Amino acid sequence: MTLLNLSLLEQAVLLLAALVLFTSFALLSQNRLVASIHIFAWQGALVGSLTALVAAAGGDSHLYISAAMTFVLKALFIPWMLHRLVRRLELDRHVGVLAHPALVMIAGATLVIFSYWVSLPIGRLELAATRNIVAISLAVVLLGLLIMVVRHTAVIQVIGFMSMENGLFLAAVAATRGMPFVVELGVAFDVLVAAILFGVFFLQIRESIDTLDVDQLNRLTEREEDR
Amino acid sequence: MTTILLPLLTPLAGIFVLIFIRSVAIAGWVNLVVSIVTFLASLSLALHIFKVGPWASEMLHVDALNVYLILLTAFIGMSTSIFSRPYMTYVCDQGMTTPAGMRLYHAMYQGFMFTMLLALTTNNLGVMWVALEGATLATVLLVSLYRTPEAVEAAWKYFILCGVGIALALFGTVLVYFAAQHSLSDVSQGLTWTVLYQQASTLDPTVMSIAFVFLLVGYGTKVGLVPLHQWLPDAHSEGPTPMSAVLSGLLLNVALYAVVRMKMLTDGALAGTDNYDLAGHMLMGFGLVSFLVAGLFLHSQRDIKRMFSYSSIEHMGLMTFAFGIGGPLATFGALLHMLVHSLTKSAIFITVGHAAHIAGTQAIDHIRGLIRTQPAVGWGLLIGVVAIAGFPPFGVFTSEFLLLTATMETWPWLTVALLVGLAVAFAGLFRHLHPMVYSAAPEDQQAVPANMIPVAVHLALVLWLGLAIPPFLSSWLDQATQLISGEHLL
Repeated sequence: MTLLNLSLLEQAVLLLAALVLFTSFALLSQNRLVASIHIFAWQGALVGSLTALVAAAGGDSHLYISAAMTFVLKALFIPWMLHRLVRRLELDRHVGVLAHPALVMIAGATLVIFSYWVSLPIGRLELAATRNIVAISLAVVLLGLLIMVVRHTAVIQVIGFMSMENGLFLAAVAATRGMPFVVELGVAFDVLVAAILFGVFFLQIRESIDTLDVDQLNRLTEREEDR
Repeated sequence: MTTILLPLLTPLAGIFVLIFIRSVAIAGWVNLVVSIVTFLASLSLALHIFKVGPWASEMLHVDALNVYLILLTAFIGMSTSIFSRPYMTYVCDQGMTTPAGMRLYHAMYQGFMFTMLLALTTNNLGVMWVALEGATLATVLLVSLYRTPEAVEAAWKYFILCGVGIALALFGTVLVYFAAQHSLSDVSQGLTWTVLYQQASTLDPTVMSIAFVFLLVGYGTKVGLVPLHQWLPDAHSEGPTPMSAVLSGLLLNVALYAVVRMKMLTDGALAGTDNYDLAGHMLMGFGLVSFLVAGLFLHSQRDIKRMFSYSSIEHMGLMTFAFGIGGPLATFGALLHMLVHSLTKSAIFITVGHAAHIAGTQAIDHIRGLIRTQPAVGWGLLIGVVAIAGFPPFGVFTSEFLLLTATMETWPWLTVALLVGLAVAFAGLFRHLHPMVYSAAPEDQQAVPANMIPVAVHLALVLWLGLAIPPFLSSWLDQATQLISGEHLL
């Protein structure tokens, strides 16, 4: 069965999922902090509209609520909060530089291939569409992880973290038509609290080490204790 | 229904009461009262379950595996709150935190208790995830309560590492739900544990084994399995001591509980395939590495709380290994070890809190002569460490002996590794302990007000469990063993 046999709505879902993956790569390569926040907002908006499309395709009414929640939380609230914090901490002109951009991009592409390899056995159960979605969402999760590894600014690490959440949500929505509603509510609540706590942390980190470069957080190592 | 809701609702109500109490002294007492009520409610729940047997509804369920952990959680929550009241008042008087920080502390103490009890009682794997993530969120600001650069760093690491880990666990949970949708008739129950457990054999084995990898790595981060343990020593050493006691005594246990529940599902799904023991082997590998590595790290520690957090990693590794072996004897030993380790380790952390106040530092090199300055604290620490190192007649000896016997029966050559690990850990603990309790005390060292009753009760319970396990407990442990390994031990 090829992808062309899918209904238009389902094809649109796949297209949006691919765009989400694209924004992950954009996040990975973007050096400017404010631009990263904007890309993250776009990613949230894409995940939100994808949820709405799945709801339209499957007819699950509770997915519309999740779509609205995602949109408000991931595309509006969290980017707005990050934006405000960045301005308050006077980081709006911050530009982080990747040490080895080419290597990082290749690593990102490798992660995508790896995700497809992991989800290969899942394809036997279902349509090729599901396998694509599972692979893409796993790739978004892993790319979020990669962003957290290669970037040293606390704000970008948070964006990486939240983009992992986007990947998870994508998996839940597209592969399983959404988790039970109570779980989705709980997850959204956790994300909201986490976002607020991250804001608190930026201020605490700034207060304690006078920068948001988390590489400076290096007091607690085993080596230091041997001194 | 009320019986099961009460232990959950009490700490939940406690959060909202405590966040509004400005007085540090009153908040300490209210925290204590709420914890006592939670414990009494859990006790009545346990009695009820003991009389009528397992109970399940759509949202909550209590069976032999979680009932004793609920009781343990509420008990340690209570005894730590007894310790926490004078301890945190002292901390606040020293100016290490502000009254606003204390309000946050007390509210989040109850918040943490709520998430722990919710993670234990919920019948929904998704809600279990939400509760475990909630536990991180509740405790992360407490780790940075003192606002020193080290504390902020520890909290940041804790937040990021546990957040990332638990995100992978959510991916695993989504995969479980995905597998369930293909085998269950009622899709909406795809995350209900009791339903999944009954129909585990119909779940797709490939998807379940991929899911288990994610779940193990995810929840394993919270258990503190090497190499995902980096957050644990930092968070334990920099946070307030009552937090270290409950993190070590409760959070690690509940995370391991989540791993075990997932293993039960995976085992069910993989039962007929070639890889039927995949989950067990993975647990054994992670567990053994954690056990050995943490034992070695014990030797190089300079901070007393860091040292005992490595000891926690070591013991969690041992339990994970035992659940991995899987037979009834190993499972029974692991369940018992969860119980005695929590009791002993929280008692040790309480004592360590007092010891650090006596010496005015957490540096092992500067804690000296505890028995001379304050015999209760010195002896408490000594007996606690003797118990955790696995000496008879304490309960840790009993469980470790069961585990060694089980290993001897199944994987004889691994017994050597276990014995070496135990000896290394023993040496690591005692080389630091000896000068701390016995040597001459510095001249200006003063005794501090210390309430050693919780420590005495914990250690007495561990001693009791080492001498004789009461019948109600052994029947629960046996039923839980049957649930996990499929066979009764007794």
